[in-house]
Formats: sequence, C-alpha cells, structure tokens
Amino acid sequence: MSRTELQTLPQRAVELLGGEPDDTTLRRYLHGLPGVDAVGLEQRAAALGTRSIKTTSKAWALDKIIELIDLTTLEGADTPGKVRSLVAKALNPDAADPTCPRVAAVCVYGDMVPAAVEALGAAHGDPDEGGVSVAAVATAFPSGRASLEIKLADTAAAVADGADEIDMVIDRGAFLSGRYGLVFDQIARVKQACRREDGTSASLKVILETGELNTYDNVKRASWLAILAGGDFIKTSTGKVQPAATLPVTLLMLEVVRDWYGATGEKIGVKPAGGIRTSKDAIKYLVTVAETVGEEWLQPHLFRYGASSLLNDVLLQRQKLSSGHYSGADYVTID
Amino acid sequence: MSKRLTVPKTYKLYIGGAFPRSESGRTYEVATPKGEFLANAALASRKDTRDAVLAARGAVKGWSGATAYNRGQVLYRVAEILEGRKAQFADEIVAQTGASRGGAEAEVDEAIDRWVWYAGWCDKFAQVAGNGNPVAGPYFNISVPEPTGVIGVIAPQDTALVGIVSAIAPALVSGNTVVVVASQRYPLSAISLAEVLATSDVPGGVVNVLTGSPAELAPWLASHPDVHGLDLVGAGDLDWIDLQIAAANTATRVLPPEQGTDAAAPTLQRIAAFTETKTVWHTKSLV
Amino acid sequence: MSFLEYAPAPESRSILKLRDEYGLFIDGEFRPGAGESFTTISPADEKPIATIASGTQADVDAAVAAARKAYDKTWSKMSGRDRGKYLFRIARLVQERARELAVAESLDNGKPIKESRDVDVPLVAAWFFYYAGWADKLDYAGLGADPKALGVAGQIIPWNFPLLMLAWKVAPALAAGNTVVLKPAETTPLSALIFAEILQQADLPAGVVNIVTGAGATGAAIVRHPDVDKIAFTGSTAVGREIAKAVAGTDKKLTLELGGKAANIVFEDAPIDQAIEGIVNGIFFNQGHVCCAGSRLLVQESIHDEVVDRLKTRLSTLRLGDPLDKNTDIGAINSAEQLQRITELSRIGEEEGAVRWSADCAIPENGFWFAPTIFTNVQASHRIARDEVFGPVLSVLTFRTPGEAIEKANNTPYGLSAGIWSDKGSRILAVADRLRAGVVWANTFNRFDPSSPFGGYKESGYGREGGRHGLLAYLKGGRA
Repeated sequence: MSRTELQTLPQRAVELLGGEPDDTTLRRYLHGLPGVDAVGLEQRAAALGTRSIKTTSKAWALDKIIELIDLTTLEGADTPGKVRSLVAKALNPDAADPTCPRVAAVCVYGDMVPAAVEALGAAHGDPDEGGVSVAAVATAFPSGRASLEIKLADTAAAVADGADEIDMVIDRGAFLSGRYGLVFDQIARVKQACRREDGTSASLKVILETGELNTYDNVKRASWLAILAGGDFIKTSTGKVQPAATLPVTLLMLEVVRDWYGATGEKIGVKPAGGIRTSKDAIKYLVTVAETVGEEWLQPHLFRYGASSLLNDVLLQRQKLSSGHYSGADYVTID
Repeated sequence: MSKRLTVPKTYKLYIGGAFPRSESGRTYEVATPKGEFLANAALASRKDTRDAVLAARGAVKGWSGATAYNRGQVLYRVAEILEGRKAQFADEIVAQTGASRGGAEAEVDEAIDRWVWYAGWCDKFAQVAGNGNPVAGPYFNISVPEPTGVIGVIAPQDTALVGIVSAIAPALVSGNTVVVVASQRYPLSAISLAEVLATSDVPGGVVNVLTGSPAELAPWLASHPDVHGLDLVGAGDLDWIDLQIAAANTATRVLPPEQGTDAAAPTLQRIAAFTETKTVWHTKSLV
Repeated sequence: MSFLEYAPAPESRSILKLRDEYGLFIDGEFRPGAGESFTTISPADEKPIATIASGTQADVDAAVAAARKAYDKTWSKMSGRDRGKYLFRIARLVQERARELAVAESLDNGKPIKESRDVDVPLVAAWFFYYAGWADKLDYAGLGADPKALGVAGQIIPWNFPLLMLAWKVAPALAAGNTVVLKPAETTPLSALIFAEILQQADLPAGVVNIVTGAGATGAAIVRHPDVDKIAFTGSTAVGREIAKAVAGTDKKLTLELGGKAANIVFEDAPIDQAIEGIVNGIFFNQGHVCCAGSRLLVQESIHDEVVDRLKTRLSTLRLGDPLDKNTDIGAINSAEQLQRITELSRIGEEEGAVRWSADCAIPENGFWFAPTIFTNVQASHRIARDEVFGPVLSVLTFRTPGEAIEKANNTPYGLSAGIWSDKGSRILAVADRLRAGVVWANTFNRFDPSSPFGGYKESGYGREGGRHGLLAYLKGGRA
C-alpha cells in the first residue's frame, strides 16, 4: 500500500460520513444503519448451519479450512520453544500426509514474532502464494486498556520484527460509552503504525470483541466503524472472553462486508476467532461465507479462522475421508 | 439352595443434580411398621438446606428460561420413567407404610397420573391465567404469569409418594425450582423419585430433596430470603404459624397446611399460587 | 470446482417400509376400498410410490358408522385423562418415527426434506403433545365445567402440509372427545396412511380415527353424511364455499381454513437483512404452497429498489431440486394441475404489465417445477395482486405511509395473515391492530406453534386451529 493511498483513508471516511469522524457524525451515521433483528439473524445462521456438506464438497471444505487457519498460541507461558513447535505444525499439519495443505498464518504475541519469523525461514510469505505469514496481536491485547502511545509502540515493534499482519483490539469501553471518535482515531493511528519504511504496510485486523459489545446492533456499528477507519479485516474476538465467535455474529459481519463491497467496490476480510473447535462448525462458517458474500471470499486475504484445536479435528476428519474409518487422538500431532 | 443375598440401596440427599450425604454426617433409621430395619436415611442439616437453596436459585434461570413446551416434555419424561419403575415404587411403599400391594400400586398410579396432569399444563397455563387487557388508551397491554422463583416445600408427611409428587409438580409447571423436605416417616420414595428426576432430563438444581426432620429444617427454609415461596402443605404438625411469621420478613408467598388423604389434590390454584403476574404496556401509534 | 455447487447429500429412502398397496383405515384396520384405486406419485420425478384405495359412499358410510360406534361405546365414556394418554402416546410415536415420516412426506408431497424434517414433523409431534394435555382440562377451556364433545367429526385436509394438517385436525378433535373420519388430499395420502400404522402401535381404540382416501367425491360424501356432527375443512376458498352451502340448514358445525393473499409489509426502518429473509421465507417456503404465504410484498417506496435488489441477490443461493436432497431449498410443485395454474397466472401477470423476474435455476427434466419468481410494478388492480397463485410467485407493490400500507393490505376478500417489518414497536402494534387478518407476524413470518391460534378473517375462512381457541371448535357451546 502506497503512502498516498494511506493518506486517503480518513478522507474516504470523511466523504462517506459527510463530515469529520467525530462522535456526533459517527453516531448519526452508525445509528442510522438499519437495525438487526436478533431472532431473525440467529434463525438465518441456524438455517445455513443445516447445509449438508458431503463427499467431494466435504473434502474440498476440509482442505480449504486448513488453508484459512491462523494457527494460534496466545498464552502468558509462551516461549520460543512453544512457537517453534507451533510453526512446525503450521508447515506440516499432518505428519503422516505431506499432501496436507499448510495453514495461512501463525498468530502469536508481539514479542514472539522474531521466534516465529526465524522458525518459518524460507516458508515465511504470503499465504495466497503458498507461504505462511506471521500475525501478531497488538495494542495491549486482549483488554486494550493502555494508553495510545503504548498501543502504537506495541504495533510498531511487531511490524519492525517482521509481522505481516496485526490483530488489534478496539477500545470497547470507549465504544460502549459512545466515544466513537476515539475508537475511530485509534484504529486509524494503528493503521498508520502498520506502515513500513519501504511504503508497504502490514495488514490490519480489527478485533471488535463481540462478546463484550453484547448486542448485534453494536456489532454492526462497530464493524462499519472499523472498516471506515481503515481496517483490512474485521475480527470477532480475542478468544479470551466468552462468548467468542458465533455463527450469527459472523454472519452479521459478513453482511456488513457485503454491503461495504456494494457501496465502495472494496473487499474487506472477516476473521471469526475462538470457540470454533470442530470441522462441523468450521464448515458451517464456510457455507455462511459462500452464501452471504460469495465464494471469492474463501481465500486467505479475505477470510481466516482464529483457531488452535480446530486444526487437529479437521485432520481427523480428513483422515477418515481418505481411510474410510474413524481416526483417533494418537494419529494427530501436538502443536 | 440358599436365598440370594441382596445389595441394599443407600439413600442420600438430592442437591444440585448430585446425591451427597448430609454434610453433618447424620442419618436416621427408617423401619417397616413392624420395626424391621429398611435403611439409614440422611438426616439433613441447615447447611444442606442452605446448599439446596443455592442450587435451586442457580437453576431458576435455565428452568424458567426454557420454553413451556420443553418443560412439558421434561415433566412428561419423568412420568414415563416413573411408569417404568412402578414395581420398585410399589415395593418401597409397601415396605415403609405396610400398605397392601394393591393399595401401593394404586398410589403409584395416582402419583404418575397427577404428574402427567401437571406436565400438560406447562404450555397452557399462561393461556388460562393470562390475557390481554382492554385498557382505555392507545396501548397494547398484556398480563402473563411468571414463576415466583425458589419454592420451599414441606411435603405431606402421611404418604410416601403421592404427597410429595402432588406438592412439587405444580411448582415446576411455570418454571419455579424447588427445595422439598420429604415425609420424615417415609423418606425413601422421595429419594427414589429423585433418582427418576436425575435421569429424566430435569436439569440439576431444579428439584432438591432433603430427608430428615421438617421441624429442624422448615425454619431455615422459611427465613431464607432466597426462598420466595413456601408450601407448608405437610407442616400441619409443626409450629407452622411461626414459620409463616418468619416467612413474612421477606414477603414470602405461603400456602397453609392441608390435612387428610386429599392433601395437595391437583388444582389450578396450586400452580397459580407460585406465579407472579407481569403486566406490560406498549404504546401503539400509526404516525 | 464451485463450492456452492454442493455435492449431492441425499436422505436415504431405505428408512421407509412402504406397502405397494394401501387400503382404507376403518375401524382400526386397513381394508380394501370399493372404488377404483389410484396411484400416488412423487411430483419430483412423476414415478409411482404406491397404489391407494378410493373410498366410495359405502366406504364413507362404514367409516362414519365406525366412528359413531367408537364414540358411543368407547370414546365418549373414556376419561379425559385416558384420552390424553392416547394422545401422548401418539406424540411420542411420531417423535420416534420422525425421520421415516419426513422422508415419506417429502417423497409424496415434493417439499424439501429439510422442511419436512425440521418444520412439519416436529410441529406434528408438538401439536399432539399440546392437545394431549387439554384432554383432561376441558373445564378450563372457557366453556364452563364439563363441556361436551360434538360427536363425529368429518375432516378434509389439503396437500400442502399433509401430516401437519392432519395433526391440526385430529389432535384437538380427539382431545375434546370427538371421533374422526378424515380424508387426506388425493395427491398426498402417504403420510396419513403411515400415521394410521402409528395409531395401531398406540393401541388407539378401533374407530376413533378413520382415514378414508379418495378424491373430491369422497370428501363430498363425508360432508353430506347425516351422521357427521362437525365438518372441518382446509383447502381452497372455492371448495369451502361449496361445503358451507352444503351444510346450510343442517345442525353440522363447520370450520373453514381457506385461501389467502397475505401482505408482507416492509417499512423503511425494517431490519433489512432479516426482512429479506422474511420475504423469502414468506413466499418461497414450501414452494409457496401455503395458505398464509406472504404473496404480496408491500414495500415502502423509499426502499423499493434496494429491497428488490437484495431479494434478487438472495434468491441466487436458493437451490431447486430433488426434495430428498438435504440441501434443497425449493422442492417440486405438488401436481401437474397446480403447476398449470401457477404458469397461467404468471402469464397473466406479464400480460397485465407487471415485470417478471425469475431466479436462474436448473429445472430437472421430469417432475413439476417452477423457479422462484418476482413480479415488480404490480398494481392493486392486477390479478396477480388479488388471485391466490399458491406457488413461488411474489407480487411487489409499494406504499408511502403506514395508513396506505394498511389500506392496500386490507384491500382483498381474503384475510388470513400478514407480516409487518419495522424497528418501531408502537408502529408494529398499531398496524397489527388495523390489519384485517387472523394471524399477524411482526419481524418474522410463517411461525406456527400448537399454542398459537391460526385462522382467517373474511373469505379466508372462520374458526381457529391451535391454542385454547382451537379446542372450542370441537366442543358444544364453542364457536361454529
């Protein structure tokens, strides 16, 4: 992304909003969006969940899920050793099957980025081109409760260390108290902090923490806000708060992305994170993406799963499809 | 050929979906009318009561939040399981009370049929007890019954099964949860009933069964602020007026004792007694 | 490979234990009919499923006699508690054999398996559960203590929700203490006949429920039979009129559930994405073979273009095809006759000046199919705004103010149902007040529950099914 393109981002927002992105203007815009009926939304999600994905469709889906996973470790006890183990799994998910695709990225805390980059070595690259990228959580993840300076420093450090993608958190307290201007500003500033010396930029995922936003109307507004402010991806959750990703919430965010595309021609990505543990659930998300915003979104630059244990469940299903019998925990490796 | 040696059942309390012994470690002997030993029933303490109330309170949200249809399904399932264990319940009644086999079976049949009657009320009670109100203004106005909360019950003391069933089923219909003190003399059927509840999709904490001395336990139920309704149907031999006075401190809704063989006979009033009527207004306007 | 072209996911037919030939179910057992048998086919591929007996006047006489005998000797003497127990048994058996019933329903009717599995059959079980509980509580139905049943009920049901319509009729009738002679629709007898097997498993006393298959003449024989105390009919307004005329002057009680041309009203402040789902569900669920279908979209003019665009996009992921494929959204049209009617009315719509748009669906070679279709630029004076199409055809009209929406919504001889989409509660309630429709859905559509009364105003019929009100139709002193 070029320097001039970056500078146009707040301008784009100004045009769409019809004014500066302050609390009043943003409130008028966001609260003027059509409401969400929760009962209807959840029913639509449940209906999408009844799609029966079998045989060839299932085989395709399982491989696609793997290709869209951000394999994640976000523990206080993380060490370079743990990260190396994670990276090895990311590159070679199924020890017994080299044809198994790689995941899209590994997702780690900012200070583990050097370890991830080193472990990836030559495989470090764009997942759309067969590589595995490094995503770093930043901005005082998961709570987001720190000064803007600290959040920007957090971001810049991870980018400097080689992170390709930054997963930031919005200030939920500010959002819930109506200080939309502050939330907008933080996102825009973090987006700037993603910029590198050479003019390229790390991709920015904006975590809404939907479990704390609580209502679907809030999720819809926060989604629009995050995109207006320059996010490349909107992401449901940190995974540290319940509920994390749900199908209805993700459906809602996909509808926002669909409408944004309709209004501007621009494609924004969606990442549900946390709570997706089974292949069955993950397939429901694929269906929801395809039937809401189109199959084109089933690519690493437009859709990701934030997951850890999901990968092994997918591998078990994959093994069953190829062998014809159920598999077991001893036949998938630890990350 | 020697007679087969039995494996006697241990009777514990039923609290929060589990079967713990009394935290006090106490038990008391349950014997046949002729004095033959049957079992040691748990002698529940005030702390058991406290734990039961806690469990019941925790279960209110889930049980009252379930659809009426779901509650009806669960209660009907209880009846199905009871039906399958009729012989066991009849045996226990004969052993505890000395009733004839025919009399015991009739009691079990009646208990099951009463349970089915209440199960069928879950998704209808609101239609009979609630209604729209034609207020004089541009308002939508509706009154609906809601569950009171945690109901403490002193079960009828003279029967082993039909009394306790008649006392707890109506409270469950609208979504209340229950802490019941069983018949002191005939406590075993209550615990077998608890086993049925535990295997019938009844969520843990919805019904909690204490065996022991109603005289000892009732005052703790009556005075507990988290017990919102008190059914004293089986408290006729206690100082029940004192219980009512204690309950009054927290405006607990109280049902008085009933005596005789028809104690706790099924009525709509038994359901209604532990519901609250919620009336909602909403403006109506075209412009 | 396009992911959206999902691999076939067929529900297996192996769960069915169909007979080649079915008789009439009279007095607790199957027996041959005196009339000429006919074949029931699968509308998805026109292949035969089974041979069905046709009930003549003599067969109807036998069935009514069996029902009368069962009423006099057994059912009217039985306690409500025991009647309830039979109904609970039936409910449980329906649950146990749910998958089998769903497959049979989809095969015979053409509706998608996911609908018969997730909507029809669960509602059938729920209906029997609900009314089972009323059987011993009739004192509380609102008619005073110990209300009496009417006697023998003749019930004629349509082909759009075969087993569900059977449940709507049989459950309250039995709960209230009546016995029944029921005629399933000619094109969809299968699930009713499997249901008869369930009645045998439930050990229901012989003659309490009798099922007489056949066509219009069989139905007429039931309607005219002098020993039938009550007629309940669901079907077309035209036939309903004839039945009402036929029972005039007799003591027969009558309830009718007829056609509709429901307005689905979308205000500019509607939750848009959910409204789109509601519109789609309202008219394309069950291929539009729904009396309460939201067949007229009344959309506020200011959002007309946006709503129509979103609708068309949404229709692009609807899957039309094999009813037994679990991913099918739109199944087969029930019969050649019905397909002809839909096609003809659609042609008229184009002639009248409305603009026709159809979803791009691959239509299978055999069977009866019609792609979801939207007519825009429809005016209130057009036939496609007034005539019930009973197919997947939506007519789109506009309005400017809430008052105008109400006026247009009510401007029809029908009055079965309506939908209202808005984020504003006071408006929803005020509009609901003024709509002349028996069922009003707000921010949802096509929701059914055994505790919720359903029925129409005006030419959509009279009487209610479901709820406490649904019981009254089968008790002395109750409505109609």
